[in-house]
Amino acid sequence: MFKRLDDTGATVSLKVDGKPIRARAGDTVAGAMLAAGVEHFRTTPVTESPRAPYCLMGVCFDCLVAIDGVGSRQACLIEVREGMAVETQLGKREAGR
Amino acid sequence: MNASDLASSYELVVIGGGPAGLAAAALAAKAGVQTVLFDENPGVGGQIYRGIGTTPVRNRAILGEDYWAGAALASEARASGATIVNGATVWSLDPNRLVGVSISGQARMIQAQRVIVATGSMERPFPIPGWTLPGVMTAGAAQTALKAQGLVPTGRTIIAGCGPLLWLLAAQLLRAGAGIEAILDTTPRINWLKAAMHLPDFALSPYWSKGLALLREVKAKVPVIAAHRIVAHGKDKLAEVVFATGTGERRMTADLLLLHHGVVPNVNLAMAAGVAHRWNGRQLCFEPAVDADFGTSVHGIAVAGDGAGIAGGTAAAERGRIAALAVIQTLKPGATVPNMQMMRQTLAREEMGRAFLDALYQPAPSFRRPVGDTIACRCEEVTAKQVRDTADLGCEGPNQMKAFLRCGMGPCQGRLCGLTITELIAEQRRSTPQEVGYYRLRPPVKPITLAELASLPKTEAERKAVER
Repeated sequence: MFKRLDDTGATVSLKVDGKPIRARAGDTVAGAMLAAGVEHFRTTPVTESPRAPYCLMGVCFDCLVAIDGVGSRQACLIEVREGMAVETQLGKREAGR
Repeated sequence: MNASDLASSYELVVIGGGPAGLAAAALAAKAGVQTVLFDENPGVGGQIYRGIGTTPVRNRAILGEDYWAGAALASEARASGATIVNGATVWSLDPNRLVGVSISGQARMIQAQRVIVATGSMERPFPIPGWTLPGVMTAGAAQTALKAQGLVPTGRTIIAGCGPLLWLLAAQLLRAGAGIEAILDTTPRINWLKAAMHLPDFALSPYWSKGLALLREVKAKVPVIAAHRIVAHGKDKLAEVVFATGTGERRMTADLLLLHHGVVPNVNLAMAAGVAHRWNGRQLCFEPAVDADFGTSVHGIAVAGDGAGIAGGTAAAERGRIAALAVIQTLKPGATVPNMQMMRQTLAREEMGRAFLDALYQPAPSFRRPVGDTIACRCEEVTAKQVRDTADLGCEGPNQMKAFLRCGMGPCQGRLCGLTITELIAEQRRSTPQEVGYYRLRPPVKPITLAELASLPKTEAERKAVER
């Protein structure tokens, strides 16, 4: 869906569902995932339909992912960090996550 | 900055680091007001100046000079002595100006003598069939991706809707080298008649020449098609856009559909603080009732910027300054301050063109009040038909609707369905949005974990009170 205007400087590495991707320092998690071609960020708790970011500015909550074990984080507001483990969320959240 | 570095109270807490928040914090701090600014994004600038100072987009022509004007605002705020905290989510504000904020998983309650809410605007809900499919985004989302990360759409991109931002985004994407298959213009033809009477004022406003130049730039490169119905199709992601034109139905394969029907105030925090809001029949949204200094119905809480009614980025900065000046006059009466008259004049000039834009780009009723299986509440997947049927059964307002259908009770807390639900109920019950009202919003207005709440500092007495 998206490509980077300038592909240099992608120096931060993180994992999305166990698969390594590279991001630029200062990227949001959502931006890094979109640039890496991730098409689905979660499925809904109600009908398990796939979702991806809609607003990218913190209001729609469709970019919710689990980051380092904490569920339902807004990927569009959180900056990437080296070694971050991101997981897409499927359906209802599990207890404790 | 960590939560533990914050003072327990500040003279002024500014919430939001867009033009209004930056201008307010800069002016207040320079006058000696002890000021902290909280912003939930990784950097300041808000949406309009998103990524200012950090954007990988180096060619200044792509985003345009209006964007780069934000750099001066940001550096002025940084040099002012105000404490600026990014990655800080304000999840609570009460009428006594106690501010609940979380930074990197640590929560604090901060007492403020004065609060300026500068939480800005968000894009109006655009409930069409298929708007929840991956590949359907707002125009603002694409603009944010470009500004903050230098991302440009690949594949077949269609932009749909109406409003000044739509043309600005189209121009920026084209300058960045993206291809746009078509712009589906949803401006109702009748709006031109309604807008015509405001044309003289608009012609005198700064929007006039900028707007014309943008239209020319985009129309030279992209086909613009008038459309009055739009449907996004696809199984697991967008595949095709079907739309109705004056000469019949058309289809285009698409990878990305960018929707835009203007912006509306982001009301959640101010409403949860008890600030009285009213329906704006011209901009079709709720906005706080404010006085000339942007003070609200709650003592000590002002709402500045687009959060107080849509007027654009330059106006937002002036509104922030005016709100800050009122704070300075109360808390630091002896301080040297700029001339308020000048600010009001700049603001009036900026606001001059709004009536024309509001009338011209008012989205058609069919795009605001969906029918059938079209999803109204994205989080809980509640359809327009469910809402209409429930209103017909006697459900009188959005809060009762929550109890029946769970609409507005998902993670977005009604942000993406509030206006739709209010308008649907008003239509079914032959009432008005003002009469129907909005969701009752309560803190926390952003989700926080129990661990964050548990991280709040506690006194020995508080601990003893719950120990057995």
